[in-house]
Formats: sequence, structure tokens, C-alpha cells
Amino acid sequence: MALSAADFNYRRRKLISAVMLGAAATSAIGMIAVLFLILGYVFIQGGQAIDFAFFTELPRPVGQEGGGMANAIVGSLIVLAIAGVLAIPVGFFAGIYLSEYASTTFAGAVRFVIETMAGVPSIVIGIFAFVLIVRPMGTYSAIAGGFALAMIMIPIFARAAEEALKTVPFSLREAAMALGVPSWRIVLRVVVPTAGPGIITAAMLALARAGGETAPLIFTALGNRFWQEGLTSPIATLPVQIWEYASGPYADLHRQAWAGSLVLVAMTVGIIGLVRLLYRGTSFRQF
Amino acid sequence: MTQQAPTQTQRDSRDHSGAGPSLQATQEQRSHIAKVESTDPGTITIENLEAYYGNFRAVAPVTFTIPGRKVTAVIGPSGCGKSTFIRCLNRMHETVRGASSRGHVLLDGEDINGPKVDPVLIRRKIGMVFQKPNPFPTMSIYDNVASGLKLNGIKSGRPMNEIVEQALRQAALWDEVKDKLKQAGTALSGGQQQRLCIARALAVEPEVLLMDEPCSALDPIATLAIEDLIRQLAPDVTIVIVTHNMQQASRVSDMTAFFMMNEQRSGELVEYATTETIFTNPADKRTEDYVTGRFG
Amino acid sequence: MTVEPAEPGLLQKLQASAREQVTGSPGDVVFKLLALGFTLIILLLAGLLLYTVWTGASESIGEFGFFSFIVTQEWNPVFREFGALHVIVGTLASSAIAVVLAVPVALGIALFITELAPPAIRGIVAFTIDILAAIPSIVYGLWGLHVLLPFLDQHINPLLINYLGWLPFFDRPAFGFSLLTASIILAIMIVPIISAIAREVIGSVPTAQKEGMLALGATRWEVMWKVILPYARAGIVGAIILGLARAIGETMAVTMVIGNAHYISANILAPSATMASIIANEFREATYSLYLSALIHVGLVLMFISLIVNILARVLVWSVASDPGGDRR
Repeated sequence: MALSAADFNYRRRKLISAVMLGAAATSAIGMIAVLFLILGYVFIQGGQAIDFAFFTELPRPVGQEGGGMANAIVGSLIVLAIAGVLAIPVGFFAGIYLSEYASTTFAGAVRFVIETMAGVPSIVIGIFAFVLIVRPMGTYSAIAGGFALAMIMIPIFARAAEEALKTVPFSLREAAMALGVPSWRIVLRVVVPTAGPGIITAAMLALARAGGETAPLIFTALGNRFWQEGLTSPIATLPVQIWEYASGPYADLHRQAWAGSLVLVAMTVGIIGLVRLLYRGTSFRQF
Repeated sequence: MTQQAPTQTQRDSRDHSGAGPSLQATQEQRSHIAKVESTDPGTITIENLEAYYGNFRAVAPVTFTIPGRKVTAVIGPSGCGKSTFIRCLNRMHETVRGASSRGHVLLDGEDINGPKVDPVLIRRKIGMVFQKPNPFPTMSIYDNVASGLKLNGIKSGRPMNEIVEQALRQAALWDEVKDKLKQAGTALSGGQQQRLCIARALAVEPEVLLMDEPCSALDPIATLAIEDLIRQLAPDVTIVIVTHNMQQASRVSDMTAFFMMNEQRSGELVEYATTETIFTNPADKRTEDYVTGRFG
Repeated sequence: MTVEPAEPGLLQKLQASAREQVTGSPGDVVFKLLALGFTLIILLLAGLLLYTVWTGASESIGEFGFFSFIVTQEWNPVFREFGALHVIVGTLASSAIAVVLAVPVALGIALFITELAPPAIRGIVAFTIDILAAIPSIVYGLWGLHVLLPFLDQHINPLLINYLGWLPFFDRPAFGFSLLTASIILAIMIVPIISAIAREVIGSVPTAQKEGMLALGATRWEVMWKVILPYARAGIVGAIILGLARAIGETMAVTMVIGNAHYISANILAPSATMASIIANEFREATYSLYLSALIHVGLVLMFISLIVNILARVLVWSVASDPGGDRR
């Protein structure tokens, strides 16, 4: 009798195990299904709406069908370029300082600040850029938008650049030192080139991440139905334009929003996915 | 007591002949250390050199002379401080965080530990080859050899091609790589990579070449090639080679220094003599035990 | 130098040009200062961020007080009355529900990838889940607004009201724009974050621990439940809090589906608002400076809350990095 009771107990445990393992597998499958559902909508809806005019024409007045987001696509690239110009040197040199020069304590403190910065909600970064730049300038502008995106990029890029530099084996620095090369040349001519692919990857990932941001742009770059007039005036960007179109009541603009999303996903998910595929096994969880 | 902070008295006791048991020990130990008179270029005179990691003394004061244009082997059981010692000879030791050294190392009479001496400049005169071959992965074979000059932005009087070829010939690698100089240095075999690293070190025409177990990562055939190379280089450059392989030391070197760990776990120079003496007629019992394979 | 080098010429040149470059190592000094300068810029920006947002909120702080603003539920731009309680509650509620929904799924995925999946598909599943984290939040918002929201409104909400309507959480009016819709979108967004970190932590559980338990006749689930999850507990809690931090700060996806309603309701099928959504929705329409300052004040509170949560999470994840078992007893 005791044996069969144990037997029953064991069967019950096996059953629980099977059910829970099944649930775990279902979670994974379900989540993958959600991904395909989201990407599927973006590709199908966006694919149907996208055409040549989408890339070449300005938005048409409400009520008229057609038109495109040419200004927003170009605007996004301009704002991203500004962000890159501001963020990449800062992140690059800070990464070098942290990996090559900083004392353990100082590097730890800076790392803490950087990671804390990365945790600040992007809408707050938008407020920061608004109060610091938009208000004194008296106008929304591409520069303010670029600055806000740079604030998103800097912590991501600085940490990733530091990590990339740290993967360079000490033996290479040692080899260069033994040749009597001063440390700054070792860093620039040996360490940075060796970490080159990693640093470029990090920059691309940071750009992709910033390129998908909307919240910091709403009240910095603002938006514009026409071509931008220089860097000190409001500028259209893809994410903000998608938001405005999606929130409105017009079916034609919804279609354009899907088309815009397709372009945005191709740009951001495309880059991040590609990099992930190339560097599988590397931990890029901050992205 | 494994940790011992360097104190003023300690260092002073080595400098003048005060009494005390520790000094006697030093003198007794010195008696097994051969006096070398050398005026050849590349002569290294070491006086009371000691090395620290933080407060831990990894190498107890060492005093001896390495003759110029000869091969000197540094042998001893693992952990005896021989690698640390050799890294003090071109101030590579201090590149490790928390590491420091004391005492004097004179290259042809000039103290490389002097207060105004730039360690970067010293390392161009005293090159180094490491345990594992470490060619620069982003550079071609050619650029690796040229890197010592290129990275330093030095325009030499001779054309770069000539310098690279000469260094590769000296390293006995020229015939194997002359047709693929543009290929990546990391594409070579382990033994070729190590000879590439030797060529790289030779291209800046150092007075001294330090080799820290250069064959430990290589197969026997590649090892043999490096050993031949060491013999060939000796007339042009002083070579100091750390090895745990006694056969290797006996094959390649003119002089041999035997290091061991003392009770404080510091490396200590036990005996220094011609290689022949060390391996056939060592003065110290510990040396004899080691070279006859009784421990280590 | 007392001794001539064996081959004069090159070495002399070498020494001469080396002296020029290395004496006092000006290159090294300049380069190090340059790198330090850029590092200090980051610290400066961080300080400036805190200072700027604080000054932007100062008018509101002066008018309502930093803390009484937090505990007042009042949002009436017409009468110049502002208090953030309802949006703080909305933020915490939507994030909490999102975490409750996301954690079992995220842990299931992490266990599936590390313990169950055949090696051949392990990488593919991990990659696919990670891609979810790369989708911009505006795309989540668009999808949530035009796909998920109508679906919930037509198919799920009626069921919830029918069967669970006796609870105060599921009640009419239900428009689709609701706290629940926002929470579901947030849950989808934070699953990849939680599962990615949980995966790493679970991966660090020593095989010996698992084998020991298996050898005692435990089932695979018992090994997961009694060995792996307790062992990785601290790290998993860190991962969850990091997910929570992300949910608290998320703006666009929430803004587009939550309905932006200024009241507190137990009914999670009713529209609501979060700190981030109110800023995104009203910032450009803030017509006078006190209104704007109140919105920045909301941003200030949001920043403090997410900083606290983030730091908490980092500390937990860090403690795991040094000791995979965390505070095991």
C-alpha cells in the first residue's frame, strides 16, 4: 500500500512538473506570437500604405488623400545627426577615460551616474531640453531635439564603448608598452582600432535606440508640416509625426502612421537585430 | 608573516655594512653570485633591486650583473618571482596596478630607475617578448613589425621596407612571410607569431631583449626555432630569458641566474654563474636539488 | 649613455625624436585631460539635469509645495489648481499591474530558454524575445491603439464585466481606453527586459546545485522551483524592479491608450492617466507658466521615483553580479 501511495504521489508530482514546464514553453511561444502579431501588423498595414510618394512628398492638408512624410524622414535623420555629433565624442572619450585611466573608485562613481542617467524617463529628458534650450531660445528647434536625443545616447554609448575597450586584452597594451609607445598613442593606435568593431556597433545601437524615441522630441523638435527652415526652427520627425497621425481621427493618416512605423521599425529594429545576429552571445541587454 | 612593508631601515641595511643576522644571510648568499665584468654594450648592472605588489615583496633585493651581448637565463620554480624580476628590467613591472620596485638597474651605467628617466623611452632600448604571442590583430605582418616605429611616429633615415625586412630576417621569419606581408599577423601559426613579435621588438633596434617564457605556448618544433634564433641574436643584442625549462636554459644561455621563493614568499636570487657551472657544479645545495630535478 | 650602440644612426634618431615626444609626455597629459574633460561633461549634464528640472518646477513648488503637490488630487487648469496624486496613483497602478502580468511570462521564458529548450532553438527564441525590446514605443502605441484596444473593447472587456463584474475593478463605463489596456501594453514591453536579466541570473546557477536535486529524485519543475528560482532570487527581484522602472517611465505607448482622465477609479477598465502621459498630452497646450511648471513638477516627481526604483534595481543586480546567490540563507 505504501508503495502505491508513493507511486501516486510521484505521478502527481510528474503531472505538476509537466503542466508547469508546459506553461513555461507556452509563455515563450505566446510572446513570440505577440512579436509576430505586432510586426505582422506593421508590415502588412505599413506595406499596403507605403508608396514612393511617402518618401518624396510633404504631408497634404487634412482631407486630401496621399502625400508623404519626406520632411519627417529627413528631419529624423537631421536630429539624429545632431545627436550623434554631440553624443559620440562625449561617450567615446568618457569610455576611454573609464576603461584606461580612471581609478576604480572614480570609475565606479561615474558608472553609477551614467547608469542612473540611463534610467531617467525619456519624457523627463524632454523637459530638461525644453527648459535648458527651448525656453531661452524662444523656439522649438532641431538643435533642442538633437540635444535631447544625445542625452538618451550618451549613457548607452559611453558604457558600451567602455565595455568594448575593456575587451581588448592587456597583452596588446603590454606589447605596445614594451615597444616604448606612449600611452595615448597605445590607446588611439592599438586599443581603439582593436575595439573598433565593438565601438562602431555600440554607436549604431545607441543611434537606433535614440531614433525610435518620441517622448523627448514632442516639446523640443515639436514637428512641422513643411520642410524645416534651418536648425533653429521646429522640425518634423518620424516618431512625432506617427504619434500625431495615429491619435487623429482620419483613416488616411492612420495608414500613413503605419507606413511611418514600417520605416521606423526597419531603421531601428533592423539595425539592432542585425547587430544582435552578428554578435550573438554578447550581452547587449542595455539596448 | 607573508606581508612585509618596505621600510627605510631595511633598504639602508643593504647599502652600508651594518651588523645583523639578515645581512650575514645576504653576504652568504652573495658568495654564490658570480662577479661579472663586462664592458660590452647592453650590460645591465642590478643593485639591490626589489619588487612589490602593494605591500607584498615579490622579489627580495637582488644584486648582479648581466653581461652585454650574451644570453642570460633566469630559472626557478614557478612563483619564484622570475617573471616579476625580468619585468623590472624595462619598468614593465610598474604598469601593473599597485606594483612598484626599488633599487637600481643600470643599463651601460645609466640608471633606468632614475627620477628623471622616462620609462617609455627605456622600453625602446630594452624590448620585451611575452609568454603568449601578442601580435596586433588589426595590423598586417608588415605593420606589426613596423609598429614600434610607426606608433611612435618615428621617421628613420632608412626606408621602412628595409627595416622590416632586416627585422624579419633577424627573427628568421622572412622566408616564410615575404610573400604575404599584407596578411594579418594573427593568421600565422603560434611559433611564427612569436617570431613576428621578436621581429617587432628588434625593429626598434633595442640594446636588450627580455623574453618572458617565450616558448611556453609553443610546440617543440617552434620552440627549437626560437632557441636557434636566440643563439643567433646574441652577438647583436643582450638577451635575458626567463624559462621554467632547464634544458632550454642549458641550451641557449651563457649565464644562468637561479631564483627561489624564501620563507617570506619573496623571490630570491640563490645562485648566479655561468650556465655550465650551474648545471654541472652548482655551489648552492638548493640549486643542485633544482637542476637535478629533485623539486620544482 | 656611455656606450655607443652597435649600429649607430637609427638609434640616435630614435632617441632624439623620442625625447621630443616624451619629455614630460605632453601627449599623454593632453590626451588624459581630454578624456577626463568629456567624462566630466557627463557628470555636469547629470547635475544640470537635476537642477534644470528643479528650477523648471520651482514656480509650482512655490505655489503648492513639493510634497503637498504629491498628495493632492486636483487637476484643474481653468482654476489654476494642480496636484499630482491621481497621476502618481495611475502610474503606480498601471506599472504594478504590468509587472504582475509580465513576471510569470518572463520567468517562464527565462526558464524555457535556459533549462528546457533544445540548444538548436534556444538562440532563436532568445533572439526573438530580444527583438521585442528593440521595437520603438511609438510602434507599441500605434499597435495598442489600433489593434489591441479595439480587440479588448469588443471581446475581452464584455467578458470581464459579465463574469467578474461583481469586483470593483471591472465595471462600466468601459471604452477600451483604460488603465488595463495600458498595463497590458506595458507588460508586453517589459517582458523582454525582465526575461533577459533573469536568463543571465538563472544561467549562473551552478549545475551541481541542480544535479544534486535531480539525484534526489526531484522532477524538473521541482528543481526549477526549489533550487533555481530561490538561488537566483535576488537577481530576479532586481530584474523585476528594473522592469518596473521601465514601466514607470514609459510614455508614448501608455499615452496613446490610457485615455488621459483626471480621476482615480478602482475600475481598471476606465480611462486614467500617468505622470508621463499627462506631460506628453498637455505640455504643448500649457497656456500659462504655472500650468507648465506644474507639469514639470510632475516630471520632477517622476524622475525621483524612477531614480529610486532604478538605483534599487541596480543595487540588487550588482549584488548578484558579485554573488550569484544574492542574500541566500
